[in-house]
Amino acid sequence: MEHIVIIGNGISGVTAARHIRKLSDKKITIISSETEHFFSRTALMYIYMGHMKYEHTKPYEDYFWKKNRIELRQGFVKSVFPKKKKLLFSDGETLHYDKLIIAVGSKSNKFGWPGQDLAGVQGLYSKQDLDSLEKYAPNNKTCKRAVIVGGGLIGIELAEMLNTRNIPVTFLVRENSFWDGVLPKGESEMLNRHIKNHHIDLRLGTNLKEILSDENGKARAVVIQETGEELPCDIVGLTAGVSPNVDFLKDSGIELGRGVKVNRSLETNVEDVYAIGDCAEQHEPIGNRRPIEAVWYTGRMMGETLAQTICGNPLEYKPGHWFNSAKFFDIEYQTYGWVFANKKEYEEHFHWKHEDDTKCITVSYHKESNLFLGINTFGLRMRHEIFDRWLSEKRDIHFVMENLSKANFDPEFYKKFEGQVLAAFNNQIVPV
Amino acid sequence: MSTLEKNMSLTGEAPKNINTIQKLGTVIGMLGLFIIVLAGFNVDLPNKGIWLTIALTALTGGIILFAHGSYKHKLEGIKNDGVWFKSISSRGYLAWIAGIALTGFYIVLYFFAELLGLGIDGAANTGVIALFDPLSRILSGNAASQWFVYGTLYTIAIIAFGVKFIRKYKHNRYEQLRTLSVMFFQTAFAFMIPELMARLNSDDFSLPYNDLKNMWPLNYYAFDQWRIDQFINAETIGLVFLIFGILSIFVVSPILTYKYGKRWYCSWVCGCGGLAETAGDSFRQLSDKSMSAWKVERWVIHSVLVFSVLMTTAVISTYLGYDDTKYWLTKDVFLIGVAVFLGVLFALIWYFKKEELAKDAKYGAIGYLVIILSLIAIHYLSGKELFLFEAGKLRSFYGFLIGSVFSGVIGTGFYPIFGNRVWCRMGCPMAAILGMQQRLFSKFRITTNGGQCISCGNCSTYCEMGIDVRAYAQKGENIVRSSCVGCGVCSAVCPRGVLKLENGSMNGRIDSNEILLGNDVDLMDLVNKN
Repeated sequence: MEHIVIIGNGISGVTAARHIRKLSDKKITIISSETEHFFSRTALMYIYMGHMKYEHTKPYEDYFWKKNRIELRQGFVKSVFPKKKKLLFSDGETLHYDKLIIAVGSKSNKFGWPGQDLAGVQGLYSKQDLDSLEKYAPNNKTCKRAVIVGGGLIGIELAEMLNTRNIPVTFLVRENSFWDGVLPKGESEMLNRHIKNHHIDLRLGTNLKEILSDENGKARAVVIQETGEELPCDIVGLTAGVSPNVDFLKDSGIELGRGVKVNRSLETNVEDVYAIGDCAEQHEPIGNRRPIEAVWYTGRMMGETLAQTICGNPLEYKPGHWFNSAKFFDIEYQTYGWVFANKKEYEEHFHWKHEDDTKCITVSYHKESNLFLGINTFGLRMRHEIFDRWLSEKRDIHFVMENLSKANFDPEFYKKFEGQVLAAFNNQIVPV
Repeated sequence: MSTLEKNMSLTGEAPKNINTIQKLGTVIGMLGLFIIVLAGFNVDLPNKGIWLTIALTALTGGIILFAHGSYKHKLEGIKNDGVWFKSISSRGYLAWIAGIALTGFYIVLYFFAELLGLGIDGAANTGVIALFDPLSRILSGNAASQWFVYGTLYTIAIIAFGVKFIRKYKHNRYEQLRTLSVMFFQTAFAFMIPELMARLNSDDFSLPYNDLKNMWPLNYYAFDQWRIDQFINAETIGLVFLIFGILSIFVVSPILTYKYGKRWYCSWVCGCGGLAETAGDSFRQLSDKSMSAWKVERWVIHSVLVFSVLMTTAVISTYLGYDDTKYWLTKDVFLIGVAVFLGVLFALIWYFKKEELAKDAKYGAIGYLVIILSLIAIHYLSGKELFLFEAGKLRSFYGFLIGSVFSGVIGTGFYPIFGNRVWCRMGCPMAAILGMQQRLFSKFRITTNGGQCISCGNCSTYCEMGIDVRAYAQKGENIVRSSCVGCGVCSAVCPRGVLKLENGSMNGRIDSNEILLGNDVDLMDLVNKN
């Protein structure tokens, strides 16, 4: 019986395993050094905030794996020997595979800052990161101030988390406005204000110079590049993005870039070795997507696709229209299609913001053809299915604006804003 | 998390601390409770009207003030910080104290009302019940009973904790309207109207205590002989109530459930639901989400329904006569009518919805139908007591086991341990009927928003009915479950805007997808077709 070995029990690896099981009777083993069972990484923050316990983050009950004959193995893979089709674990054990799926995810970025490896300096990615946070920042007596470095999705989550325990947070953001590499100006600036409304000490355009150590090798302060200011703190969160966790593959002969290089079929340069999820790097980007997509659902989709290939129905990874979502403190964000922070030369934006400063929309369309290109919504929920269809049908901006209420996904009885949005849109001069 | 429990710090985690306003609210509320307890010890409070006013005002005001302290400084959004750290909401020490106190209260209320001071055989009330006499006299003109005390406290709980819930969800109009609705129905329909109606009663006219919204079979005594007699004797108004009661079951409820799902009742109207959604809101995360709990739930709740149908049929048949010249509805007509109705209902479901029934649901449906029909047959063939037991005994056994122990002692007393909807999920026969319709014949569903789910589990954690919402959402599948009461909290707590309660077309209401929206269109078609 063919033995499929999957390194990594995140959403990508687990989805691949589930679908291979549905399609076949192959032997399946999932290896993880992080936790015994699959849990939802995106929910780590809710454990710290007391919304959930660890067991609530597990999408499948513990009996699921045995029932579906998916073997779980806890261990850390040190090296891969593709020629012998063998894995070597850190405890010296080995495991033979017939097909190997690398789904090891990411690790937090560190950019060579002095002091970045001190105790109390951490990212927020793994269950171990959460345990460490609980150790160094259990409350505002042990942790009198936290400094977060890096203004992205994880940084703002960490700020929200620490905030629930009344730990004062200083948030260092290199850019001049929060996440402005991704979000257009109006949205990014609204979020700056929302962050400050939660009493976060947001420092825009500010870089970390170094992290200072106390006598025990634990972080005690950070120094700011621009001003030289020394900020005492008990924990430093490094949240300047993530990168593929592929160091253990360096000598394996598997081609690496920043991640594991794969073709559209998610195959590496070595036969019978595949890579999916955060750690996979496409040779060529797909459409406007990045070559490495560290997003929950792309990991899932790669797992769905690769399972077909492995079970005899070769398929390429062909993701549909781009979409994503996130939440910034109390403000939900959804996006469908492409809205670029810095407008492409063909792009025109329409921006509407509600007077309460917690809701806004940016719609992107083609300057000449009026083709609808994408939408960002804040504080308003939209229907994925509708936008996916409109993007496929290549609708123009006027159609989208006039039918916006059909795409509304807010709970019943919520106030509707489509009228206001349309009126604002019609009031501006639209190039024809 | 284990690391949390190892923390021996005495300073307290921030989310667990309470602020000055919350402390003040606690003091005032406890003061109100203390007065009631004092009365329970037969401390002779002069001028009971004033003391009762103080007690009830303090109780209500304390809870509302506490809520004010909790949410005043907070921005609009989800307020679940520290839920699993707080003793009361995570089965900690406070939860056990509260659970034991509530359970004890229910046992005394149902079985030892004299301990609360109920005057036996016309004697004057003492203790807690006497404290409530003044209010009862204002409303109905009569002295209070234990049920009046309970009704008053129940209403106050729904109002005060309802205000708390509305403040907690100040950004969510669905939650607010729903809560205002249960507050209204409890105050007006369950409490004020029946009490005031009692004023109409005189020596030659009497109506039973009638909560118009309390439908059979939740109201298991709806068709008891004494009630029917009273309705019939009260002529026009009594008959109107009786007919309204029957229409609610067979016409109003099916129409509303078809259009809006069972939520129209369970989380907008019902008193049990009302208490669960307000006073019980802090315990919603405690419901058991495991597959095994779901299996138990399905057998238990449908068994209660069958029990309630049997019991009611037996009770009604006892007071129907054999002579069709006196009244067309004789015992025989009724029993055969029940058998035919259940048989036809079964046949229709089987014919139209067989594909949607799980294996155990089919076994259960056949088994229950066979039991009911054979009991009726045995009755005719051997002349034995209908359903082998005397109807009165069956009725009192049901009242004791289901009406008191299940719905009260376990259902509410154990809020802080098993969650706030144990009764609604496991025991309510009304929920079983509405649920069956909701699953098979209703426009209601919770729509999953394409491929946006990140499997975080907030929805499942905060589902009071123990539905593993995430299991559906992460498959891109709509949630169509008989137990869903449509509280809307899964949708509210979802950080990615994935869930929406909707009434839509019956076509494509249940869509099971192996591959979610957003992936390769060919792959989605290929796999989802099967």
